Amino acid sequence: MAHFKEISPNAPAAEKLLNWVDNRFPASKLFKEHLSEYYAPKNFNFFYFFGSLAMLVLVIQIVTGIFLVMHYKPEASAAFASVEYIMRDVPWGWLIRYMHSTGASAFFVVVYLHMFRGLIYGSYRQPRELVWIFGCTIFLCLMAEAFMGYLLPWGQMSYWGAQVIVNLFSAVPFIGPDLALLIRGDFVVGDATLNRFFSFHVIAVPLVLVGLVAAHIIALHEVGSNNPDGVEIKANKDANGIPLDGIPFHPYYTVHDIFGVGVFLLVFCSIIFFAPELGGYFLEYNNFIPADPLKTPAHIAPVWYFTPYYSMLRAITSEMVNLLILIVVSSAAWVALKTQLSVFLKGAVAVAAVGVALMMFSIDAKFWGVVVMGGAVVILFFLPWLDHCEVKSIRYKPEWHKIMYGIFVVNFVVLGYLGVQPPSSIGERVSQVGTLFYFGFFLLMPWWSKIGQTKAVPERVVFQAH
Amino acid sequence: MKKIVLSLLLTACALSAAFANSEGIAWDRAPNKTNDLVSLQHGAKLFVNYCLNCHAAAYMRFNRLTDIGLSEAQIKENLLFTTDKVGETMKVSMDSKQAKEWFGGVPPDLTVIARSRAGQGGTGADYLYTYLRTYYRDESKATGWNNLAYPNVGMPHVLWQLQGERKAVFETRLEHGHEVQVFKGYEQITPGSMTPLEYDQAVGDLVGYLQWMAEPSQNTRVQVGVWVLLFLLVFTFFAWRLNAAYWRDIH
Repeated sequence: MAHFKEISPNAPAAEKLLNWVDNRFPASKLFKEHLSEYYAPKNFNFFYFFGSLAMLVLVIQIVTGIFLVMHYKPEASAAFASVEYIMRDVPWGWLIRYMHSTGASAFFVVVYLHMFRGLIYGSYRQPRELVWIFGCTIFLCLMAEAFMGYLLPWGQMSYWGAQVIVNLFSAVPFIGPDLALLIRGDFVVGDATLNRFFSFHVIAVPLVLVGLVAAHIIALHEVGSNNPDGVEIKANKDANGIPLDGIPFHPYYTVHDIFGVGVFLLVFCSIIFFAPELGGYFLEYNNFIPADPLKTPAHIAPVWYFTPYYSMLRAITSEMVNLLILIVVSSAAWVALKTQLSVFLKGAVAVAAVGVALMMFSIDAKFWGVVVMGGAVVILFFLPWLDHCEVKSIRYKPEWHKIMYGIFVVNFVVLGYLGVQPPSSIGERVSQVGTLFYFGFFLLMPWWSKIGQTKAVPERVVFQAH
Repeated sequence: MKKIVLSLLLTACALSAAFANSEGIAWDRAPNKTNDLVSLQHGAKLFVNYCLNCHAAAYMRFNRLTDIGLSEAQIKENLLFTTDKVGETMKVSMDSKQAKEWFGGVPPDLTVIARSRAGQGGTGADYLYTYLRTYYRDESKATGWNNLAYPNVGMPHVLWQLQGERKAVFETRLEHGHEVQVFKGYEQITPGSMTPLEYDQAVGDLVGYLQWMAEPSQNTRVQVGVWVLLFLLVFTFFAWRLNAAYWRDIH
């Protein structure tokens, strides 16, 4: 037996047990590498709570989900009744249900704030591009998970929301109708859809999510965490190779995050115990009516966390597609006339632009709405390569960049608000402007991120002793 | 006569500015009686006697009524019409085809009606409270009744014996270039067994019962919540001080 560590037979039992395990599984090594000797920057602020909170909410969703599945019946004829059974007849079933429904919304609050932290502090920049990409994939999976979970209570909003969104896939050229049929399992949303969404929601997507979260954390630990100053702490190490501005994650950030969990739970439990519906935003009123394929609700809207993207979808009317064609063509013209690329590349861009313009002329605006809605999430993946600013963190970027980020946030919230409202002519215009700003923010970033005078980035992090 | 004139005046005052939306009048605020056991029990009595004949409450078990202070014996003696087992749910045997013939549609299940009818005008209880108090006689309708909160509803006025029969008085007004019917007040045709105030109280009890039935664990939820939050406040305070103690080492 090679490399077995022997310890004294007089050692306490706990130490002997740990030694037995360590000889067969790297328990102490993992604990050291990822907790007690993982050095994180000491200047983490409020925005750095949301990663650990996201993990907490994931665990809450999984555990409450396990208990819900013990009583939930995934059949169209029994689903709604089984949820009411959980609410009434299962001891503490109401609490498990509310934890799960509030947890779903809480997950998105936490994840949006977590992503925002990445956005403002440049946590997606080299060498953390893969952390960001895993994160964006997690976001996509989370959206799919929430969408499929929402069908399960089989209420009016569940049914009709699913009907609307799955029908969008039928707008894809050539394969659309077959794709929608594959997703639904039938020609309309029904029992077949419920069964397959149940399977995906309960096991397929959660497995993928847990795997991606592990990959996300492993990738992070490989390069080390960023911090609000965007300073690489590994650049300044002491004689033992420990970053001068680094502190061991355990115990400093474990105890810090426990405090964060306490505050989070105060908000979370206030909602669960005192306002679980939260004015119809966390549990929609219409969803207390069992699904009726013959009665379309007056107003179909997705849950609040999808509404910014829903706004963008609704903004893409035929009129808007014409504007987008103009933008595509004029961008290609700009490349042809104003850049120094080779003739071959310019020709390729011109051909591509003509092709895209022709497609946009011939394919229905509904499809382009889906493309824009999906594109709004996919564009996040490219952020590491779009940001050409010299500095990572918003703290040292030119002042006017702060205004840009501020407008981005306000824009996102406004788009979200418009998504909740029924369509209106002024809402349509505002969401069209909002969609253009959203995409302009990212697509034009290679240029606007270079404008302005950056501030000097310090060698060491900025930290006030507590 | 005085009572009729008084009730007409009162209702005119209450509802004259009420045409807030073309789908029905603005909703009144329902009294929240979900903590009043006597009110809830009265509401349960009204519900089982007046509503449960056409409407089902298929997710509500009879023996859950023990939560509002009734014993199983009391439930069996007074409230069990459609079944003889107190553990059964409040199902009814109305045939859906006949229901469509008689009312134009199947009467919806009422278990979670107070949660599902919330909207811009207020809570579901507000809607139900308004709905049950704004019926009036309308000979042009198949049932002979119409409703201000849900115009052209297919449901007749089940509580008419309590409220009496009333006629609604409309006035034609010119608004934004076209004619609209504006509600002016009620005219009592025959008296009910209750005065308007008694009727409002009874409807308040019934709506309170519907609110409770929509979520029977609501009172437990709030009670447990208070303790949970108190615990979390103490926990978070200690977590904060423990965190501060560790971070004193960091310079």
